[in-house]
Amino acid sequence: MGSKSLSNKKRRDFLRGIANVACGVGISAMGIGWLANKASAMPPQAIRPPGALDEDGFLSRCVRCGLCVRDCPYDILSLADLDSDVPVGTPYFTARTGPCEMCDDIPCVVACPTGALDRRLVDINKARMGLAVLIDQEECIAFQGLRCEVCFNVCPLQDKAISLEYRHNDRTGKHALLIPIVDSQHCTGCGLCEKACIMEEATIKVLPAHIAKGRLGEHYRLGWKQKQKAGKSLVTPDAEHKFNLPEGVKYDYDNSELHYEKGSALDTLNRRRGKQ
Amino acid sequence: MKLSRRAFIKSQAVAAAVSSAGLSALAPSVVQAEDKEDEEIRWDKIPCRFCGTGCSVLAGTLDGRIVATQGDPDAPVNKGLNCIKGYFLSKIMYGKDRLTQPLLKMKDGKHHKEGDYTPVSWDKAFDVMADKWKTALKDKGPTSVGLFGSGQWTVWEGYAASKLIKAGFRSNNLDPNARHCMASAVGGFMRTFGIDEPMGCYDDFEQGEVFVLWGANMAEAHPILWSRIADTRLTKKTSSVHVLSTFKHRSFELADNGMIFEPQTDLIIANYIANYIIQNKAYNKDFVKNHVNFKKTATDIGYGLRPEHELEKKAKNSGKGKLTGISFEEYAKALELYSLEYAVEHSKVPADRLEELAKAYADPKKKVMSLWTMGVNQHTRGVWMNGLIYNIHLLMGKISEPGNSPFSLTGQPSACGTAREVGTFSHRLPADMVVKKEKHRKIAEKIWKLPEGTINPKPGFHAVKMQRKMKDKVMNCYWQMCNNNMQAAPNINDELLPAWRAPENFITVSDPYPTVSAVEADLILPTSMWAEKEGAYGNAERRTQFWRQQVDAPGESQSDLWQIMEFSKRFTIEEAWGKEHAAKMPEYKGKTMYEVLFENGVVNKFAYKDGEVKDGEGNQYQNTESKHFGYYAQKGLFEEYRQFQIQGHKGHEQAPFDEYHKVRGMRWPVVDGKETLWRFREGYDPHVKYYKPDAKKGEVYFYGKKDGRANIIFAPYEAPAEVPDEEYNFWMSTGRVLEHWHSGSMTQRVPELHRAVPEALVYMHPKDAKKQGLKNGSQVKIVSKRGEIITRVNLRGRNKPPEGLVFVPWFDASRLVNKLILDATDPLSKETDYKKCPVKLVKV
Repeated sequence: MGSKSLSNKKRRDFLRGIANVACGVGISAMGIGWLANKASAMPPQAIRPPGALDEDGFLSRCVRCGLCVRDCPYDILSLADLDSDVPVGTPYFTARTGPCEMCDDIPCVVACPTGALDRRLVDINKARMGLAVLIDQEECIAFQGLRCEVCFNVCPLQDKAISLEYRHNDRTGKHALLIPIVDSQHCTGCGLCEKACIMEEATIKVLPAHIAKGRLGEHYRLGWKQKQKAGKSLVTPDAEHKFNLPEGVKYDYDNSELHYEKGSALDTLNRRRGKQ
Repeated sequence: MKLSRRAFIKSQAVAAAVSSAGLSALAPSVVQAEDKEDEEIRWDKIPCRFCGTGCSVLAGTLDGRIVATQGDPDAPVNKGLNCIKGYFLSKIMYGKDRLTQPLLKMKDGKHHKEGDYTPVSWDKAFDVMADKWKTALKDKGPTSVGLFGSGQWTVWEGYAASKLIKAGFRSNNLDPNARHCMASAVGGFMRTFGIDEPMGCYDDFEQGEVFVLWGANMAEAHPILWSRIADTRLTKKTSSVHVLSTFKHRSFELADNGMIFEPQTDLIIANYIANYIIQNKAYNKDFVKNHVNFKKTATDIGYGLRPEHELEKKAKNSGKGKLTGISFEEYAKALELYSLEYAVEHSKVPADRLEELAKAYADPKKKVMSLWTMGVNQHTRGVWMNGLIYNIHLLMGKISEPGNSPFSLTGQPSACGTAREVGTFSHRLPADMVVKKEKHRKIAEKIWKLPEGTINPKPGFHAVKMQRKMKDKVMNCYWQMCNNNMQAAPNINDELLPAWRAPENFITVSDPYPTVSAVEADLILPTSMWAEKEGAYGNAERRTQFWRQQVDAPGESQSDLWQIMEFSKRFTIEEAWGKEHAAKMPEYKGKTMYEVLFENGVVNKFAYKDGEVKDGEGNQYQNTESKHFGYYAQKGLFEEYRQFQIQGHKGHEQAPFDEYHKVRGMRWPVVDGKETLWRFREGYDPHVKYYKPDAKKGEVYFYGKKDGRANIIFAPYEAPAEVPDEEYNFWMSTGRVLEHWHSGSMTQRVPELHRAVPEALVYMHPKDAKKQGLKNGSQVKIVSKRGEIITRVNLRGRNKPPEGLVFVPWFDASRLVNKLILDATDPLSKETDYKKCPVKLVKV
């Protein structure tokens, strides 16, 4: 760890990558077209380093120099070789075995000579390498009420990228579920959660954003989010409501709650029924 | 999960049929019939091996191996759930480096401190060990030998150890690792109530309303109990959670009122709350009048350091715990100093937060459950602090009823059941009795069939004193069982390490794994663990849970019980007691210690034959020890132990042995087959009527004290032993993570848990890191006056310390954070403070 030079294995991979590229170029029948085909078939578990342009842009800029791989202090980046499905000679990492440790100074981006890794990325928290998805909620033991939360515990943007939602456990009736929730606004796709996941096969996985993300129809807005964004109701709030109520009873319109004056008959009755 | 043999054969047959028909096997895209691989697995109940919560699991055994576990759906504690440690229980026994034979450090065919570990037979191991013990006994008497045990021992292992040391060797040098954990809690219970362990139970989580954490990170350290508090918080509108700590941790996620206080000022906060209650006349006048005595404790009591330490010489009442009666008015007067302003100034907690907490306690209609663990116990004023929490509950009368519950949590699976209840502390005997009291010694001597005067009236060496006495060559033979003191004890560089390495001393470590302790021992004994023996644990709510032996231990491993009993065969009673004392009981002449202690007609009363141990389904189980000794040893020991509950002070009763094998535990006192949920209140606790026949319906009677009254004990703020200065400018606190348990000897051997949390990081405030030139992930050396460790900085994680404090989890065998800690203890409980160590950080 912390080594600034290419390890022997990395250097071998790198040289092999170069040779393969040279070879690929030599065989004109395969050539660029073959590489491009490979790009569209990029396996979802191969993740580009932070700051990578979109895949087409990245491939057109990346010169397969390996400098990002060399400068990664955690040695997690590899250069793809011929037998992998990743375009030959290009850098990637695999979250389950070696996730991005999210260095503050992002040495891989600094090392990139061509801008395939975008140099405008200076805050690692703004990187979007992919998106963590709790992909199997049937198997994830947190959804069964077991106290795991390992993904939450290791998340470098804890409470932002992964937070916990407490839910009542209907089955036991007395133990809360602590459910990990990923927020795409904050998740960098570093993959630390996927690596740490204690399941035999990880139930949380980092996927390329275009696979992971859905999209709301353009014809619809979520009202409470719009209101929150605007900081006020989009339509003038109601004039005050008034209600016909028995004496001593107040009605909370916003929360749909009835409040009884202390000592009233209804108050006593409700107390007896354990309502208050 | 492993495929059972039948399922495997079946799947082979299907594959063969398919291929012979020229078809390929079913594609994965086709719905597959549920496999039947589970059907050959035998399931049996067993409590979890880890924390004091006491979750029950079902262990699945196939071909002599535990292949799977499941949370026990019929256990009321956990209802089928587990935390992430419990999820991996089936893997803890199968680490690749299990010890399988006794190993002795040898050179030229003989024991030698500088030699290499060499496999030896059990005979040879015990010969060498007994020889050392005999020499020490002869030269220096019974205080030269000692045993360091565990809240992870089974009930009968702890009981047998107590008997071995106290009756067999007439030494009281027996102490458990619970000394580092629960001793302050015990001190608090005994001083306030005169009887150990909580009055409430886990049902208080559902019955309760307000939950206050005083120095406990339950979210990580008691995961399943935390999910119960969380569920109440979710489903009961009036509930709230208050969390007090010296740094922000995961329990703050649920806190309605989170409070970060300056280390040691919990003493001030607790006194402020009591003061608030009195100033606002909110206290329960009837309760205070009828059920409470007021006392004050001796002050300026030092820090449990060596007597020649400057701080001890300076203290006026070093080590004193004397209580003096005072009036309510005097108590109220003593509290006056602890105003809101004073509390805010010293604790640095905002006034509105402190007031919110005080109001929750002071509201007579709110039910309050207080919870605490190591933040309160590992404290140089831990006993006082336990008492200050009881003071608040007693002032309000919020105690001994559903939902009103001061609740001391435990860290180990049997801190209560074993370490505390069977008398494994250096001053204790079974069932809350103590060696100092003649009456108690006489009861013990009668039950154990010993001549009068066998039990030494002087308490033995407690955990920290043991390491000092070994370093001073006063104690020469030390046997560590079922724990990992080299990773746990404070200040090992100055004390434990030189003590163990001294050529005069002979150290034996019994363990399933080569821990950091084992590698410093002269003799390592391979030890059976958990499901490899029949056992019983007692959890934090007084629930005693039994289990049957599920599998055999690997190689030549033997249980702690086997080792204790077998070792006692090496001594004649004359060698152990001295000829003069042995002569008082002529019928013992020429007998071995084993015969006197264990073949006494009680322990060996129950015959054992193979097939004896059965579950409700008729499955048969092994019992290695009983087979070896020729009688049902666990049953005999437990039934003899029950005599202490019957002949001693009433209030500790457990059910007969056989009953426990039929249930998911029972909460003592068990009287006429009925369990006790809340103690000290008529109706819930049958002993109230026994001790006070005219007790009214629902009346409280604290029968641990002669007059039935609990003590409210005034104790002031006193400073910690060390505080940060210009050089050592940070506080360091140690603590736990959810994924690992204790010193990691089991959980670090589970690959998944190791991958999730491979190392102990130092958590600190980003501003502090910046000032020190540190970034997230930077290597850093943490240095105290006593030692240093190197680790990496974490600024993003689950713990968020305030400026001026760093937090390092305690589980990582490659970073012995314990060596930084001063061996200062609570002078009353002798428990070390692992939470307040001044350190400096040096960039690496």
